Amino acid sequence: MSIQHTNIYAIALHHRFQWEEAQDCFVILFPEGMVKLNGGAGEVLNLVDGKRTVADIVTELKAKFSDVPDLDKDIVGMLELAIEKAWLRQIN
Amino acid sequence: MTQASLGQSVVQKEIQAQNNGVAANVTQTQPLWLLAEVTYRCPLHCAFCYNPTDYDKHTQNELTTEQWIQALRDARRLGALQLGISGGEPLLRDDIEDIVIEAKKLGYYSNLITSGVGLTEKRIQAFKDGGLDHIQLSMHDITEEINNFITNTKTFELKKKVAAMIKNHGYPMVLNVVIHRYNIGHMREILEMAEALGADYIELANTQYYGWSLVNRSQLMPTKEQIDEAERITNEFREKQGSKMKVFFVVPDYFSDRPKKCMNGWGEVFMIVTANGDVLPCHSARVLPNIEFPNVKDKGLDWVWNDSPAFNKYRGDSWMKEPCRSCAEKEKDLAGCRCQAFMLTGDAEGADPVCSLSPNHHVITQAIEDSRNPAIASQPIIFRNDKNSKAIIAGELNDRVKEFHALP
Repeated sequence: MSIQHTNIYAIALHHRFQWEEAQDCFVILFPEGMVKLNGGAGEVLNLVDGKRTVADIVTELKAKFSDVPDLDKDIVGMLELAIEKAWLRQIN
Repeated sequence: MTQASLGQSVVQKEIQAQNNGVAANVTQTQPLWLLAEVTYRCPLHCAFCYNPTDYDKHTQNELTTEQWIQALRDARRLGALQLGISGGEPLLRDDIEDIVIEAKKLGYYSNLITSGVGLTEKRIQAFKDGGLDHIQLSMHDITEEINNFITNTKTFELKKKVAAMIKNHGYPMVLNVVIHRYNIGHMREILEMAEALGADYIELANTQYYGWSLVNRSQLMPTKEQIDEAERITNEFREKQGSKMKVFFVVPDYFSDRPKKCMNGWGEVFMIVTANGDVLPCHSARVLPNIEFPNVKDKGLDWVWNDSPAFNKYRGDSWMKEPCRSCAEKEKDLAGCRCQAFMLTGDAEGADPVCSLSPNHHVITQAIEDSRNPAIASQPIIFRNDKNSKAIIAGELNDRVKEFHALP
């Protein structure tokens, strides 16, 4: 599976992504399960909205976390994991 | 109510399994899952139901809609995220629509756990509009004969219709099939049926022995060979099938060497509010001695979760006895299930007898032997119904419960 910078993703059907105040993290909820996302993973998926391209997400996060090296690789890695877990669907 | 969320539930497995790139707490100090057992009334009479056999005592004093809504709000404030609406058959209440709307408003991911009896076009549309996230339907077998036998009702055709209704309304289809002696030989056909119905998830939940299923244990328990074969078929199906339909196989603890990490730990992630308002850390906790479980009519859920003696009783490991206390594996299973330990051995703090290191492990091997003994296994099934519940309360079926240290 290769992720192109022009790809656009959205949260998969029957999944919900939301911020949880009590847990202090983003979560993904789906039938019979949930996953608490760590800070970085949550930041990435928070920008996956069915409109932004992968390139948009990378640009935004690079601006926000300018001191983090190799951010592109981390972001793509996180997206790959999310796709493998079927948390995301590609819409273009 | 089915058995999916007993023991180490799918939720807990997901939390542990998907811990790559993802943070998961080892010790959870907030509830993640609220199970609302809104009624013990049920049109089905399943032999394997885990509900308490004396449920008849609790059918007259159900919480009101307002009390349920308050419980939902309080649990959400504590951090609960997943809401299971279960029973009994939740659809026997006419306020599930109101509960669903409130759940959506509060940000729960809500799940209706149903036999399908009572699900009409009108109600499912109201659930959809109200924001119910998914519906888990219990199925029993591919044959009308076994479905109707084990549930003691004629519900086979209805379940197929309801499955189609769930699909038509754009819901993910989650099927739960409790596995026992009568359907374990049909594993491949059950998986094929689920696929044909368009299921997204199927849970093959091997019967765990609590409540009615404990009373009927010798009648329901399959052999080790049957379970191994069922698991083999499931794995084969998974490989062939790819990722289209997720298949969960809940392993039966009687046939393992080590106990399950029951509920992922006492008071760690689960909170159950029962029909009459009692709050429990697990489905069958009421069997345990010397614990007073709080009731939402008297106490707020914040106090229940954080401060009540009941929810703190088996947190951590200071309550453990040997061989668990010094066991290198204690963190893996937290000594197993307290209810099982008490019911089968009379010692609520002892090791779950499923563990081969338990000094009481013989009660498990004896139960397996009994289930293979035709003289015992041919005793009639005691179906879950009001008449039998009353009979059990009155002590009329003592022969079938006398070996247990509390009424199942």
